[in-house]
Amino acid sequence: MKVLLAQAAAGVGSPRLNIAFFAGFMVITLVVVLLVGRTNRTASDYYAAGRSFTGPQNGVAIAGDYLSAASFLGIAGLIATSGYDGFLYSIGFLVAWLVALLLVAELLRNTGKFTMGDVLAFRMRQRPVRAAAATSTLIVSFFYLLAQMAGAGALIALLLQIPNSNVVGQGIVIAVVGVLMITYVLVGGMKGTTWVQIIKAGLLLLGAAVMTAWVVGRFGFNVSALLGQAVINSPQKVSGTTTTVLGERLLGPGLQYGSSATAKIDFISLGLALVLGTAGLPHILMRFYTVPTAKQARSSVVWAIWLIGVFYLFSLVLGYGAAALVPGGAQRIGTAPGGTNSAAPLLAFELGGEVLLGLISAVAFATILAVVAGLTITASASFAHDVYASMLKKGRATPDEEVRVARRTAAVIGFVAIAAGILARNQNVAFLVALAFAVAASANLPTILYSLFWRPFNTMGALFSIYGGLVTCVVLIVFSPAVSGKPTSMLRGVDFAIFPLSNPGLVSIPASFLLGAIGTYVGRKERFNREKYAEMEVRSLTGAGAERTVSQGQ
Amino acid sequence: MSTIEERSVGTDYEQVQDSLEFADLRRRLRRFVFPMSVAFLVWYLAYVLLASYAPAFMSVKVLGNINIGLVIGLLQFVTTFMITTIYVRFANRNLDPAAERIREQIEGPR
Repeated sequence: MKVLLAQAAAGVGSPRLNIAFFAGFMVITLVVVLLVGRTNRTASDYYAAGRSFTGPQNGVAIAGDYLSAASFLGIAGLIATSGYDGFLYSIGFLVAWLVALLLVAELLRNTGKFTMGDVLAFRMRQRPVRAAAATSTLIVSFFYLLAQMAGAGALIALLLQIPNSNVVGQGIVIAVVGVLMITYVLVGGMKGTTWVQIIKAGLLLLGAAVMTAWVVGRFGFNVSALLGQAVINSPQKVSGTTTTVLGERLLGPGLQYGSSATAKIDFISLGLALVLGTAGLPHILMRFYTVPTAKQARSSVVWAIWLIGVFYLFSLVLGYGAAALVPGGAQRIGTAPGGTNSAAPLLAFELGGEVLLGLISAVAFATILAVVAGLTITASASFAHDVYASMLKKGRATPDEEVRVARRTAAVIGFVAIAAGILARNQNVAFLVALAFAVAASANLPTILYSLFWRPFNTMGALFSIYGGLVTCVVLIVFSPAVSGKPTSMLRGVDFAIFPLSNPGLVSIPASFLLGAIGTYVGRKERFNREKYAEMEVRSLTGAGAERTVSQGQ
Repeated sequence: MSTIEERSVGTDYEQVQDSLEFADLRRRLRRFVFPMSVAFLVWYLAYVLLASYAPAFMSVKVLGNINIGLVIGLLQFVTTFMITTIYVRFANRNLDPAAERIREQIEGPR
């Protein structure tokens, strides 16, 4: 008990206030979800919010979906403790949106109905391609989900001052988060989930903007002075027996990824996965179906790019601000409960005391909740629409049956996420997010681009690029230093890391493009579906025959 | 010929796909998005390579504590916002009117 108290005392702020703010967010979002949930009638309502959102609304929701706790707490923390390299990370996350804007969003919106499988299987043999698309969707969403739930453990340690040793306490909080999320998805469907994202994104951007203005204001709106103070306040960080000199080095690249030739190549590999992965993330793709037209899908991405870009500029200030203003600097941030994730909360406490910390904590919780809800609805939609309705029932399921299966799947996924979250608490799971991006970039994006732009692409090609990219990615990760062979690996004390990079993208992304072409050659005897190809191309470019708003005015 | 056969989607779509107007729309889209995608990917990769292999260059200070790395990083934000704006203007002017005309030919005016 004494140990627990001592650990709790290491935190800052008032857990009671943090819980109160979070409870406020919960009540507001639950009311909204209950209100909009009543209008859920059809499959299109449940999966795609009746395609009734406007571009700007959906853009805010996309920002809410994308700015996960990893983005909000992780990047600010990385900048505070590793300086410039954290900034590099955020640029990859932003530039990635141009792939979505130029090559994917509008064409996908016009072609598909509810899932990624709708687009990939459009002109192919339905069942095998849908099975592949659903497999990839479930795997990417599961990795992403697990990372969010495990991250919740670290956040709880920090914000509610429930230490890692208190399994029951943390387990209860993770279970509460999971049950709330299931409620949002079951009651609110896509409409409810979208509103939760919009509210959360609003709070997050507002909170970050206030803190940014506050930090810059402290330095008389002189960014150079802010950087100078960060250099002075964070001269070094000590973890275990290794001391890293920071100071001036915070301002240039190389602290995190510049240590060796392998680390540099690893970073390039990560950069590639980040920039090509976003437009292949199923929960992001599914958001494009919630708007009525391709033009609105375009406007969603434009809104998302501006909001996400501005947010990453804020996190640059917040990261260096934390290094400059938190007493003890990077050293204290790195060793606080919650580790580097504590940078933004500690900075909030420094600026606005318990109240601002409480607000930021509530926003961080809301972030996990909203992102997990978005992932759950995506995974359940893919299972119900691609696996149950198209494969098991061969397209003969009624929309009601399909939605019923989707709801049950959502509940199952929710409980699996709770269990996995409790088991994976405080594991080194940062690589799970990188893996989700790598799988999305390897299995999904090449297949999407080929099926939209490459005429000869066929069923065999699609299967080769999806399964090929997926298997390459997962196998390389298993044999990478992320899983074994290093002190920071997931498994300690064993070493079967024969692949030197922690990020497989540099190999697996080109491999998937190549496999897609080889598969297309292997399957060249398949009859070319001229009719479906014409329909897909015309539909994707013009929107003729595309799904429209259904719930309103009909 | 019955109206249903005339409006049979398969043939309609194939005819449209073969039409000059559609070929022109497709060419205009691809001529914009492919080179632009290559351009921003090369620019991003160049940035990542500079950060990895030329950290000394990136750490050269230009104004107070603001170094070249920070300036190039912020330029990535600027180019992303610029490409977004240019694409929206291009699509509104050069893609949407043709796409709408073709859609109306197929579906009838809405």
